[in-house]
Amino acid sequence: MNASLIVLELAVVILGLVVLVQDWFTPAKDRRTLGFGAVLGVAVVLFYSFFAFDGTETLYAFGNAYVLDGLALWFKRFFLLAALLVLLMATEFSDRFDAGQSEFFALILFALAGMMFAASANDFMLLFVSLELITVTFYVLVSFLRRRVESLEAGVKYLILGALSSGFLVYGIALIFGASGTMNFNELADKLTNNSALGHKPLLTAGILLVLVGLGFKMAAVPFQIWAPDVYQGSPTPTTAFLSVGSKAAGVVLLMRLLGTAIPDLAFNLEKLLMAMAAATILYGSLCAIPQRNLKRLLGYSSIASAGYLLLGFAVMNKAGSSAVLYYLAGYLFTVLAAFTVIAVVVQQAGAEDISSLAGLAQRSPVLATSLTLAMVSLAGIPPLAGFFGKFLLLKAVIAEGVRWHAYYWLFAVAVVGVLISLYYYFGVVKAIYWSKGATDLSPIPVSLPTKFALLVCIVGMFWLGLNPDGALELAVEAVKALKLTA
Amino acid sequence: MSLLSAIFLLPLLAALVVLCIPRNYKFVIRLVTLGATVASMLLALTLFAKYNAAPVENGFKFVERHAWVSVSALKLDIGWHLGVDGINLGLIVMGAIVAFAAACVSREIKRLEKEYYTLLLVMTGGILGAFASLNLFFFYFFHELALVPTFIMIGVWGHGENRNYATFKITIYLSLGALIALAGLIALYIQSGANTFDIVDLTKAVKARPLPLAAQSLIFPLLLFGFGILVSLWPFHTWAPLGYGAAPTATAMLHAGVLKKFGLYGLLRVGIPLMPDGAAAWLEILAFLCLGNIVYCGLVAMRQKDLNLLIGNSSVAHMGFIFLGIASLSLVGVTGAVVVMVAHGFLAALTFGLSGALREKTGTLEMEKLGGLLRQIPFLGAALVMAMLAGCGLPGFANFVGEAMVLFGSWRAFPLVTTLATWGALIIGAVYMLRAVRNILHGPEKSEWAALKDASAWAKVPFVLLLAALLLLGVWPRLLTDKIQPSVATILTMANAKTADKAPRPSDVKKAVGEAKQRAVQPR
Repeated sequence: MNASLIVLELAVVILGLVVLVQDWFTPAKDRRTLGFGAVLGVAVVLFYSFFAFDGTETLYAFGNAYVLDGLALWFKRFFLLAALLVLLMATEFSDRFDAGQSEFFALILFALAGMMFAASANDFMLLFVSLELITVTFYVLVSFLRRRVESLEAGVKYLILGALSSGFLVYGIALIFGASGTMNFNELADKLTNNSALGHKPLLTAGILLVLVGLGFKMAAVPFQIWAPDVYQGSPTPTTAFLSVGSKAAGVVLLMRLLGTAIPDLAFNLEKLLMAMAAATILYGSLCAIPQRNLKRLLGYSSIASAGYLLLGFAVMNKAGSSAVLYYLAGYLFTVLAAFTVIAVVVQQAGAEDISSLAGLAQRSPVLATSLTLAMVSLAGIPPLAGFFGKFLLLKAVIAEGVRWHAYYWLFAVAVVGVLISLYYYFGVVKAIYWSKGATDLSPIPVSLPTKFALLVCIVGMFWLGLNPDGALELAVEAVKALKLTA
Repeated sequence: MSLLSAIFLLPLLAALVVLCIPRNYKFVIRLVTLGATVASMLLALTLFAKYNAAPVENGFKFVERHAWVSVSALKLDIGWHLGVDGINLGLIVMGAIVAFAAACVSREIKRLEKEYYTLLLVMTGGILGAFASLNLFFFYFFHELALVPTFIMIGVWGHGENRNYATFKITIYLSLGALIALAGLIALYIQSGANTFDIVDLTKAVKARPLPLAAQSLIFPLLLFGFGILVSLWPFHTWAPLGYGAAPTATAMLHAGVLKKFGLYGLLRVGIPLMPDGAAAWLEILAFLCLGNIVYCGLVAMRQKDLNLLIGNSSVAHMGFIFLGIASLSLVGVTGAVVVMVAHGFLAALTFGLSGALREKTGTLEMEKLGGLLRQIPFLGAALVMAMLAGCGLPGFANFVGEAMVLFGSWRAFPLVTTLATWGALIIGAVYMLRAVRNILHGPEKSEWAALKDASAWAKVPFVLLLAALLLLGVWPRLLTDKIQPSVATILTMANAKTADKAPRPSDVKKAVGEAKQRAVQPR
């Protein structure tokens, strides 16, 4: 056993516990400092991750259930960065909680630990446990504004549907174990290679499909997307942000492991299914976003559409697609967190989440207006921001597969339709910021220093990934080397 | 920053500067915009002056090239590659001049100036960058960078009741066109086997190993219709008159004048030379679609009551000549097409600029409400008359040179289309252009326009500049044609390499060069 590998996760869990304990000794008015403490702690862990591991060799721990390779490390850093920005947001937001600010920070840290374990899952057991750690903490995080009906409604919806999907997941895992006799990804892959009859067992296929249900739920992919808009709308904004970045990415990394490590020989059979899911998810997310007036709900549908774009990278099932997925996710992190940081501040000021509450934002706070505009432009996939290059890579990967099978051209066409529709609703937000009439309240919105810092990080990230993709893409390519994929 | 990159990076940098200026300093914002566009125009003129037709390797001069993204594991290689040859040189210079003119006429904008000028500068930088790029990725990247401000500007500062519908329509059409073209470009990247977006490298690769026929017949239509939508090829043109009618003056000038040429340029630079067999199947169809532009849109223009819609339709009609010239695949015709691209850029900017000035003064562009304006506004009126005459192809203006060359060049390939197109150009064009002149400028004076004032000295600058360019190229076309011709000859060598035995087209390039020399000097 090689327990030193989980030092990053351990550090995060301990950090969460320290926040909880320190809460006893901190007077209520100073609880915000705990949030900054958590931010600092996560920053240290993120910093340390670059010294502790370099990801060039693949290390195993806990009977091969835990793997530490380039992919795991990439995602761990991704989650740490996301949590850092979300914690900054949460610290600003925590004034709105009647009680339990520290618990909110601690729960974010525990969810983070779950995501980091998920990044390293090499076994269906760890997959399930880490997903449960994420999901259960999110049940609480979603319904944290317990005096708001929407928040409670979101919590109940997430609880019921989350439990349902966990049920599917665990049932699927049981079937896979029943068919193959192993929980470990590597062993399963070996068995599939050595025994081609195993791959044709209906039991195994059913198991894989059920696991796919659980992961699709995490990613908010059609047809398991039904919870996303309601939960996004009702949750406290930092929770929504973490849900849309962290939880989705956890689904992505587990799906990558499943397809790339556990069942690489069978993954090809899922091609059509993934293509159909990608197309349906893109269309559903884009079309349903059109009439939305609630900002968070709009981003909920946009997040569904993004899950569709990510699935494009899975459908092509090669290194180009997978590294494009990572690149898209990296851009998505900065973009979405910038958007939610702005929304958190604006909603706090206006008390409403309607798009019209953005009216006059350009005059009220140029910083917020610029950040949100850039985020929307990046989400719409317009150069020179991160979203453009991410979508470009994904679409390029899809067209490259078209040579093999023409159906990919149709998939591309669907993606194009999605992009076209998305222009409409993203620009609706930009329009509301700059050109909506009837802005009554034009008082300046104060933006605190930590928020400015978070926005700066996001903006720099968006431009960096858009204008200088070389280094980040190289990292993504290195990361997906861990998967058994064709070039 | 080299000379070429400075031309389009200056406006982009100025956009950043404008972003940082507080919105109350309107004068400073305008000054920065004008300064950047003037500088970019002067640099472009320097580029034009320095350019000589001496042959060089690959045919491109002022080359700037370095790596940007290079990931060997993904076989992804995107480099920053700039350069000019005879084809994009004229477009860059024209674009820079039009951008300056557009910045000049932007005084009509009276609200949210900061955002407006930022977008205008981004659009300018994007347009010029697209034409300067020799890498298809950046070619597309800069085009998209210029396209999005277009939509926003129409939506926010546009005119008329139809503004929202127009914004919606132009956004969908142009984004769709751009994405179809993107699909074609990516497919080209993959199918060429060269794994590069670099136009020079792609050309080399295709020369060594032509694209398979199946790939060509898939990619060429993607490019033709993707670019075609962007250029308002009939029947995908309906966004154009509507969009230009609703657009703020400067946006209409820049888009109709310069950005629209992106598609034509792409077709000429990529579609025709790299996929000669794919093109062979489609060029005949393209020639007949041109008639839709020239004749149908000309007839539509005749029926317009609003000056901007008339100009918008006539601008669509003029695109037909360029397509016809390209479809002819003859040296004279394609050279003429490039000349029309440049000339129409000046012309479209001029007409939209004038109609914008007219709207600013009178508040309407309904031709029935106007009348007898020439006495009140002699300068604007005279400029409008000249623009309209240039539009119907009067000798002396650059448009005549280009259109005449196109018609000469296309005669051998498509006699029927050429005959009809000549009719469309001469008669239909003259009818609507001259009718507009009569309705707006001549006739009885109307009392409500008695107090109109002519343009001030400063406001005349952009129009004088554009008219001067049209006249200069009209009387001295060799200034352009001598530079265009060798580059076009290179492209045609590739385009005719495979089709020589299939279609009755002038395959003997040397002979065509001889012909062109005679005709370029004496276009009549």
